[in-house]
Amino acid sequence: MSVMAYDEALDRFEPVLGLETHVELGTVSKMFCGCPTTFGAPPNTHTCPTCLALPGSLPVANVEAIESTIRIGLALNCSIAEWCRFARKNYFYPDMPKNYQISQYDEPLCFDGYLDVEVEGKTVRIEIERVHLEEDTGKSTHVGGATGRIHGADYSIVDYNRAGIPLVEIVTKPIPGTDKLAPEVARAYGIELRELMRSLGVSDVRMEEGSMRFDVNVSLMPRGSSEWGTRTETKNVNSLRSVERSVRGEIQRQAAILAEGGRIIQETRHFHEDTGTTTPGRSKEEAQDYRYFPEPDLVPIAPDTAWVAKLKAELPELPSVRRKRLQAEWGVTDHDMESMHNADAIEIVEATIAAGAPAADARKWWMGELARRANETGTSLAELPITPAQVARVTELVASGALNDKLAREAFDGVLAGEGDPDEVVAARGLQIADEGELAGIIDGVLAGNADAVEKVRSGKIAAVGALVGGVMKASRGKADAARARELILEKLGVSE
Amino acid sequence: MSAITRDEVAHLARLSRLAISDDELDHYATQLDDIIAAVAKVAEVAAEDVPPSSHALPLTNVFRADEVRPSLTPEQALSGAPAVEDDRFRVPRILGEEA
Amino acid sequence: MSLIHKSAAELGALIATGEASAVEVAEAHLDRIEQVEPKVQAFLHVDREVTLEQARSVDARLAAGEKLGPLAGVPIAHKDIFTTKDMPTTAASKILEGWRPPYDATVTARLRQAGLVILGKTNLDEFAMGSSTENSAYQVTRNPWDLAKIPGGSSGGSSAAVSAYEAPLSTGTDTGGSIRQPAAVTGIVGMKPTYGGSSRYGLIAFASSLDTPGPFARNVMDAALLHAAFSGHDPMDSTSIDATVPDVVAAAKNPDIAGMRIGIVKEFGGEGYQQGVLNRFHDAVELLESLGAKVVEVSCPSFTTALPAYYLIAPSECSSNLARFDAMRYGLRVGDDGTRSAEEVMALTRAAGFGPEVKRRIMLGTYALSSGYYDAYYGQAQKVRTLIARDFEAAFHQVDVLISPTTPTTAFSIGERADDPMAMYLADLCTIPSNLAGNAAMSVPCGLADEDNLPVGLQIMAPVLGDDRCYRVGAAVEKALESRWGGPLLKEAPAL
Repeated sequence: MSVMAYDEALDRFEPVLGLETHVELGTVSKMFCGCPTTFGAPPNTHTCPTCLALPGSLPVANVEAIESTIRIGLALNCSIAEWCRFARKNYFYPDMPKNYQISQYDEPLCFDGYLDVEVEGKTVRIEIERVHLEEDTGKSTHVGGATGRIHGADYSIVDYNRAGIPLVEIVTKPIPGTDKLAPEVARAYGIELRELMRSLGVSDVRMEEGSMRFDVNVSLMPRGSSEWGTRTETKNVNSLRSVERSVRGEIQRQAAILAEGGRIIQETRHFHEDTGTTTPGRSKEEAQDYRYFPEPDLVPIAPDTAWVAKLKAELPELPSVRRKRLQAEWGVTDHDMESMHNADAIEIVEATIAAGAPAADARKWWMGELARRANETGTSLAELPITPAQVARVTELVASGALNDKLAREAFDGVLAGEGDPDEVVAARGLQIADEGELAGIIDGVLAGNADAVEKVRSGKIAAVGALVGGVMKASRGKADAARARELILEKLGVSE
Repeated sequence: MSAITRDEVAHLARLSRLAISDDELDHYATQLDDIIAAVAKVAEVAAEDVPPSSHALPLTNVFRADEVRPSLTPEQALSGAPAVEDDRFRVPRILGEEA
Repeated sequence: MSLIHKSAAELGALIATGEASAVEVAEAHLDRIEQVEPKVQAFLHVDREVTLEQARSVDARLAAGEKLGPLAGVPIAHKDIFTTKDMPTTAASKILEGWRPPYDATVTARLRQAGLVILGKTNLDEFAMGSSTENSAYQVTRNPWDLAKIPGGSSGGSSAAVSAYEAPLSTGTDTGGSIRQPAAVTGIVGMKPTYGGSSRYGLIAFASSLDTPGPFARNVMDAALLHAAFSGHDPMDSTSIDATVPDVVAAAKNPDIAGMRIGIVKEFGGEGYQQGVLNRFHDAVELLESLGAKVVEVSCPSFTTALPAYYLIAPSECSSNLARFDAMRYGLRVGDDGTRSAEEVMALTRAAGFGPEVKRRIMLGTYALSSGYYDAYYGQAQKVRTLIARDFEAAFHQVDVLISPTTPTTAFSIGERADDPMAMYLADLCTIPSNLAGNAAMSVPCGLADEDNLPVGLQIMAPVLGDDRCYRVGAAVEKALESRWGGPLLKEAPAL
């Protein structure tokens, strides 16, 4: 399959994005029954007549899920429906016990909102079309065949523990105008949404457990055209990085087809983590007809103004507001703040500061040394085996003069290698700055061996002191305090700056 | 003119997951045609400004508290299953992803 | 008088005072079932030992001084559409053959708690779709008045069991008339409570917005006692009304209708109605006037489109409700030979497991909900539904209750309408409006038709949560007619 180079694709076409996000709510019980929602239970232990769709069973809506959805809607600046209904979406599938999904159709609980995201110093307003509530399906495991995947399997086995867990679906309006930043905008939206969910306390958003999934819509229109192209929908993209990659990959794929005069087929596609590309889903013989109709087993939801006002008053500080406050407190630039945000570092930096680190140091280590390590190992900052408190302790050791930056990096090495807390690593590895006496001895040695440089400094070329300091650092194997060494060298040579 | 064609009935049978033979199809097509002709009478009612009723009574906001209630045991949950494997419902191979 | 001929209230009193035990009463009914079942075939499932075990347990509870209701120890037959933990539940469908639910319906659980003893599960039209019980996948139930006639439907097993003295009480469900029509054609009392007044939890759904559990009994008071025993708010059913159940027992005790305003629905009557049915209806009107009621004619113009609206709404809901019968989690599985896909096995199983009427309605409902047809069919039917509710509302401003014949004809012959769905659907002409509007409605016996000496029912319709009015008027009619006849209508039925 041919793809076009990304820059060329963007020269010729303008992308339009659309994102549908499913978020599993963090309620303790399911959407329509009292079964628990905890992850990882033995199969079919969290099931009852209702979530197994036994004959005669009925749903009753979980009020916490309704309130969480309204909170999400309010945080996304949506209007809240005064009256709306659940609807049945009818289609047969073995992991959906009733063979219809209770969802919402033309009457979503929340609609017409927006979310602003910052990308490369630019604010992009993502318009939200709707936020609605529905239920999750069970989980099939495909047995037999060569791959263990659905195609070619001999049969499947189904666990309904997940069936009926409340899912919120957040749908954007089409997002034009992102240009070459489309992948970054998609990712930034995902980050912002995830932070929003966490700050609202409505979901723990564990993406690795599938509690936040994206369907990514992409279409291209030729530059100069105002008519949107045919879109594809890449289903169930499971990480923020994959969201970004799938947008990029789909732009390149579609551009190649369009450039050769081909046509884009409106279809669902699947994203492959290993290659960063998408492949088509099974094409259907007949167009789906979900035969939506109002769910007769549930009565309409009519949130009155007092209820909505109460939920609004209880909203916590939202992430964008919080970032502005933190930026002022920390005294960092817009650019620094945005890069921390896009690196998903704000929470961790904040926790490090709370543990006693100066703001500049917390930012410096997380965005520098530690970000580099995370990148090397392909993990996120939060996944690194080091805590904010441990980072704060290292900054403290540096501030007190016990460590210099080089030794601090060694301390991080030790902590990341599982050697214990910073103090333990410092003790075990013998990390400590050379003391004055030791330093004086080392300096004497270096001065004696670098007559040329010494002469230059004495003659006024103070810049040459750098080579001498370097020699001291080398001779001390990094344990010297470079600033102090410089002072002492100048003093010994009788030169002042 | 008939209200519903044989092909449409075949389509309905597929949508409804009913494996219906060709002979049966003719039979159902005739009957459904009669019934649809009769129920189409609703179209004659002037009701442009009438709101539809999906429910018998105008109740709203019936919810349950977010509390865990006892689930079935896996034995109970699986008791009616045509086939079971590893405490899961065993089902024939699934053709493709859905929705 | 033998135990089987006593009313439920009398049996409850005998058991409460210790003059009879629950076990004795249950045995008398089980013996009667054994005797007449070969002719009537009302039951799909009877298990003598399970029943006697329940009876022994009630006797023990009473002996231990436990306070149970007035029906403690009284036997009951449940329509086989309510889930029961200790008996199979099939909805008279092959697709659920042998299914044993792991849970009790609210109706069965509450009646168990009140000390009623389950005699068995009664036959019905498959998934309650029909008006004759001929659509059962298992057997044809006979009308005890004439074994060549249908017992009504869909709750025909429950009506036949009560009118054949196999059970003093039974439960049914009424979606378009499935309690009232069988009660009418078997000469007993049947009540469709206000929608939401009795819980649907554990009732296998046909049409969720219409299905209503209700009682059958041989007299109005027994029906009221049963109604009171299982009704009331159920948090497991979102459509259940959170309000006090009208005092139907007090109403049944107070058959005074002097000054009551009663409306005759102008749109019901005339063509398509059997003369003998109209005659008995007119007699009932005169009787009500003689008891001091003011009878007036009321027009409900939208009722004429109730039938088509119903045959769009009910199939639409059923097409979705019955989707869960897919051979994956319970019930029948056909064609799983290791080569076929889940999709194919679903289609083969549903084709083999559902009868023709069920398939017809599933396809009709699928059609009515399809994109392109939704507005013209399902959407329009819902508007008609609104108009019908408005007609009722206007009528109940003028009168306290509305009356009509329960059904246009007496029991028809088995096989007579089996191949003509539209003719079958006409049996529900008068009963359907109350399902669409959700209001309360009852059928009480009002005599025998001149042509065939078969029972005729009088339908009494009351507003939402006006169930007590049905009982008051029903009790007044029953009292006046029984004094005229010198006993209940059922004594006219031939011996089995």
